[in-house]
Amino acid sequence: MKPAAFDYARPATRREAIELLAGAQGEARVLAGGQSLMAVLNMRLAEPALVIDITGIDELHYIEERDGALCVGAATRQAELAAHPGLAERVPLVAQALPWVGHFQTRNRGTVCGSVAHADPSAELPLCLATLGGEVVLEGRRGRPRVVPAASFFQGVLTTDRAPGELITEVRFPLAQAQTQYRFTEVAMRHGDFAIVALAAAIRGEQVDLGVGGVADRPVVRTLPAGDGLDEALNEFAWALGAEDDAHATAAYRRTLVRELGRQLITEARPC
Amino acid sequence: MEALEQPAAAAPQGEVGRSRERVEDDALLRGAGRYGDDLAVPPGTLHAAVLRSPHAHADIRSVDVTRALAVSGVHTVLTGEDVRNWAAPFPVGVREPMEHWCLAVDRVRYVGEPVAVVVAEDRYAAEDALGLVDVDYGLLSPAVDAEAAAAPEAAVLHEGVGSNVVSERHFHYGEPEDAFAAADHHVSLKVRYPRNSCTPIECYVVLASYDVAAGAYDVSANFQGPFALHSVMARALQVPAPRLRLRTPADSGGSFGIKQGVFPYVVLMALAARKAGAPVKWVEDRLEHLQAASSATNRVSTIEAAVTAEGRVTALRYDQLDDCGAYLRAPEPATFYRMHGTLTGAYDIRHLAVRNRVVLTNKTPTGLNRGFGGPQVYYALERLMQHIAATLGLDPLTVIRRNLVPPEAFPYRAPAGSLLDSGDYPAAVELAERDGGLAELRERRDAARREGRYYGIGFCAAVEPSISNMGYITTVMTPEERRKAGPKNGAVSTATVSVDPLGAVSVHVSSTPQGQGHRTVAAQVVADVLGVPFESVTVNVELDTQKDAWSIASGNYSSRFSGAVAGAVHKAATRVRDRLAGIAAGPLGVAPETVRFAGGRVHAGADDGSASMSFHRVAGAVHWAPGTLPEGEPGGLRETAFWTPPELAAPDEGDHINSSLCYGFVFDYCGVEIDPVTGAVRIDRYVTLHDPGRILNPQLVDGQVRGGFAQGLGAALMEEFAYGDDGSFLAGTLADYLIPTSMEVPEPVILHMETPSPFTPLGAKGVGEGNNMSTPVCIANAVADALGRADIELPLTPARVRGVIGIDEPEPPAGLEPAAAPRGGGSGLRASDSVTMPAPPETVFHRMLEPATLAAIIPGCHELEATGENAYRADVTVGVGMIRARYEARITLSELDPPHSLRLSGVGESAMGSAEGSARVRLTALDDGGTRLDYDYEAAVGGKVAAVGARMLQGAARVIIGQIFTRLAAELGGGQPSWWRRLADRLRGLVGRGGGRS
Repeated sequence: MKPAAFDYARPATRREAIELLAGAQGEARVLAGGQSLMAVLNMRLAEPALVIDITGIDELHYIEERDGALCVGAATRQAELAAHPGLAERVPLVAQALPWVGHFQTRNRGTVCGSVAHADPSAELPLCLATLGGEVVLEGRRGRPRVVPAASFFQGVLTTDRAPGELITEVRFPLAQAQTQYRFTEVAMRHGDFAIVALAAAIRGEQVDLGVGGVADRPVVRTLPAGDGLDEALNEFAWALGAEDDAHATAAYRRTLVRELGRQLITEARPC
Repeated sequence: MEALEQPAAAAPQGEVGRSRERVEDDALLRGAGRYGDDLAVPPGTLHAAVLRSPHAHADIRSVDVTRALAVSGVHTVLTGEDVRNWAAPFPVGVREPMEHWCLAVDRVRYVGEPVAVVVAEDRYAAEDALGLVDVDYGLLSPAVDAEAAAAPEAAVLHEGVGSNVVSERHFHYGEPEDAFAAADHHVSLKVRYPRNSCTPIECYVVLASYDVAAGAYDVSANFQGPFALHSVMARALQVPAPRLRLRTPADSGGSFGIKQGVFPYVVLMALAARKAGAPVKWVEDRLEHLQAASSATNRVSTIEAAVTAEGRVTALRYDQLDDCGAYLRAPEPATFYRMHGTLTGAYDIRHLAVRNRVVLTNKTPTGLNRGFGGPQVYYALERLMQHIAATLGLDPLTVIRRNLVPPEAFPYRAPAGSLLDSGDYPAAVELAERDGGLAELRERRDAARREGRYYGIGFCAAVEPSISNMGYITTVMTPEERRKAGPKNGAVSTATVSVDPLGAVSVHVSSTPQGQGHRTVAAQVVADVLGVPFESVTVNVELDTQKDAWSIASGNYSSRFSGAVAGAVHKAATRVRDRLAGIAAGPLGVAPETVRFAGGRVHAGADDGSASMSFHRVAGAVHWAPGTLPEGEPGGLRETAFWTPPELAAPDEGDHINSSLCYGFVFDYCGVEIDPVTGAVRIDRYVTLHDPGRILNPQLVDGQVRGGFAQGLGAALMEEFAYGDDGSFLAGTLADYLIPTSMEVPEPVILHMETPSPFTPLGAKGVGEGNNMSTPVCIANAVADALGRADIELPLTPARVRGVIGIDEPEPPAGLEPAAAPRGGGSGLRASDSVTMPAPPETVFHRMLEPATLAAIIPGCHELEATGENAYRADVTVGVGMIRARYEARITLSELDPPHSLRLSGVGESAMGSAEGSARVRLTALDDGGTRLDYDYEAAVGGKVAAVGARMLQGAARVIIGQIFTRLAAELGGGQPSWWRRLADRLRGLVGRGGGRS
């Protein structure tokens, strides 16, 4: 379990990183927290010519509020976001979801943008981003940064709208809205495992944005009625996700969790 | 009832019985352990990487190492041809014509089977070359499911045998037919015990060299024994045993039986060193370990009981099918026979009928695994006892009590031959019931049930065998075959005690400990016998077959340390003491029998005030002043004791076998609550009582119980080596093969009782494996009780448990009916989709037949080369996200029906495994002059990609195959919005924000 040889670069600036990435013509991989990439390299599931380590780029290391969103730079660790003062008030969904992201140790290394870039269909942070209607900022060698809504960013298993020469420089989580409750829950075999089903909800009055991870090939979000008609809507949503059997759970189980846990999550949040 | 009344805090007088912290731990906690990978390597040592089969079943047509040898740093590649020249197949436990070599020579029979060994200057270079060994495989149908593989129409793994059932034996004890005829009830159950393993942290390590002049191999490996396998290795290497010097390191990163399975790699790396002309080191990685090291045997059992109206079981009938994987690797089929004498468990059941069949399948060969044979037997027997109670409307504990072997019956000869040495099972059950708080659990169950919650209580009574009879495996042979082969029996344990010129004591044991604390306990035993401080005793546990005393039973398995090895230590120390008593008797002026050893001194009598000499003074005389010794005392002081118990006889003419020397007792119960939505099983309380005979170190016993419990919990709830229908291995990472962590393991309530064994020198029995046997079924029984169901299966994953509770799904809305369920795993990836093409069907069809179009639409396609009509060879790089695999692919277009339909197929091999896919394409003219292209595909992925990526294969296949037709649309029309974009647009309308699929 040793990686194939690769060149390693540790640029100091964003511009330098983007130049390296664009110049590699798809043969480079970005190393941030390395929680997925290092395993992939060691198992030789990828043999990139160049690994670009962005953890030394100070200008990508930030968490800041801007234009109604909490903006997280590409070098920012998950643990740093979890420890960000006021996170539970500013972006409560993310505050609730972060403890489910891997383990304490992996969160110390893993980055927020790295999780979004990897686009694992079970991952919590992409689910939160999609549920909140967040955005991903992509920068290439030319032109202005592209700001892509999460809805069109996630395109399938490990597949995103990012072009090979683009670097994800930032993700933007919209700040909590008034009169809205945020809820997150997950079922996995063990705490910290890949979710069999993960559910994120933003509930405002009679409507809920329900995001589901771990079922389809990407996080999927739908606006449902929070009161009357919820069961029918959840059922329709559960079937529409196209669940499949795998070694750990059946499709029927996943649909059931979407229906039953989804109902619990939404109705428990609503005042009676 | 003696044990119940014993005061719990009776402090032991000496070292034995005292909770001593382990002398091993200081080094381990400081990171100063000496594991296999820490051993110093000779200068010039090369490093090996093993090329493994991506296929479950295939002929090897050729192996070409030319390209691999060209890699910088690569010295040599060992192939099946070398192995044929220098080695022999491993001896097999049954008389059938099948060959198991250390490297596949003409056929691969499981995913992960070694095919070649690349030897290079470092592991990186060796792995670089793995993908450049060109192996031409001819695929064969696999036999994967145990029952299907046993059927006559199944693909056969070993053609010489003609069937996958390589052993079938029937056994009869007492009069089972009469008992069944007379019984009030027949209660039966069919259960399946899954493939799992007590996965150690440290994987296999082998360091091998070859002495050309002597024709001898010298190998260090983290092998755990039994050293009977040394004979198997030497025979495979075709050398006399002394020319295979085998050494084991001081420390172990865990084994739990699994390190037995390193032995084929000892042979393999010995041959690699011979070919390389240099020492060779190999360290197994996690993927190699999970997919190809070893596993517990999965078993299908049908068990039936003859039962009286009161719940008394009068006879049992077992029909057992063991799936030992692709080869019957020594010591298999021992999973059956380790427990054979004990098939009636803790119960006084006199009549027994057994059918044992061993089936081979295209899966990793099985081997020792903590609890060996026990989890399988008790999963059947104890599930049946629970089922009897449920069927008869009795409490399970009542049924258990009515059948326990009575205390006055010990030593009790079970019908199949086990001689249960000692115990008081009813007293143990009473103790556990009282001290574990069963009444309280029952109240909690009642309260929970009143609220409509799922709460259940499970029980398990198990006899825990220890110190295996080395002859039990011959029970697989008929009495006539055994007569020809000669008897095999016994269990020789070995220990050496010596005293140095300054009076310090050294001990060597041939027990290859794997973390149990043998050094600590051996020192406790010797300190007591010689009356010296614990700290003055040094214990060495490395084993060197050239220098140390050992025998075939040496090693670490069947919980043999405390009963057998500690007993041998006691015997060797006693011999040393007796000699020293003889030496001291003269100067002290007393008879040797009155000499007493205590406090580092040798006393003339029982009184501490009696005349005495220091221990080192007496011991020193044998080195410094041998001329002063009494007549007959030879000087020097080193005693080696071999000990074998007479109770371990060979199987007799009636197939009775005392398969183990000692039989501890385990009684467990637990309360579980099940989440009605998620199906998650929460352990409310787990109580486990052990009677392991005399306890030598209570703290170590508790450690054994905790570890076994954690592994038993894993087997109950999570762990399974999953295989696809095509034999692809689907649990290649620890994110797929789930082991409980400290977060998932509650602290069990551990209770003790001590009924010394009359058959071991110290009265101790083994205690290392009980919970591996009892815990899986105890939890399963609790779940069965909670749900009121018999049809439960391990592991009890949330999805499976919820499935038992029942999933009553509302109908899918119109248009959302799912396609036929895929088979899951690496095989049977299927889906359908459609793409709109901006050209009429004739054009689309025509263009698809053009090589240039194919080269453009197949993702990552390089060097497309025609090999026939509509047949191509290509170098294809496919992937999703950061993952990329480069395949050498053959692509064909067939079933051409212009311009309506065709089939596009591809099959490829890569260092990451095999892949094949086939898409049926249909073209329909659209009104706007375009074409709707519908496709249905089926794909299969094997090897490493399937092993580590099973969770995402369906989605990945969809992405990759979708790319082909999206690119086709782009080729035909240019400038069209991408398929993804259009899909996203379409779905955004359907589902609001976010992606989605129809």
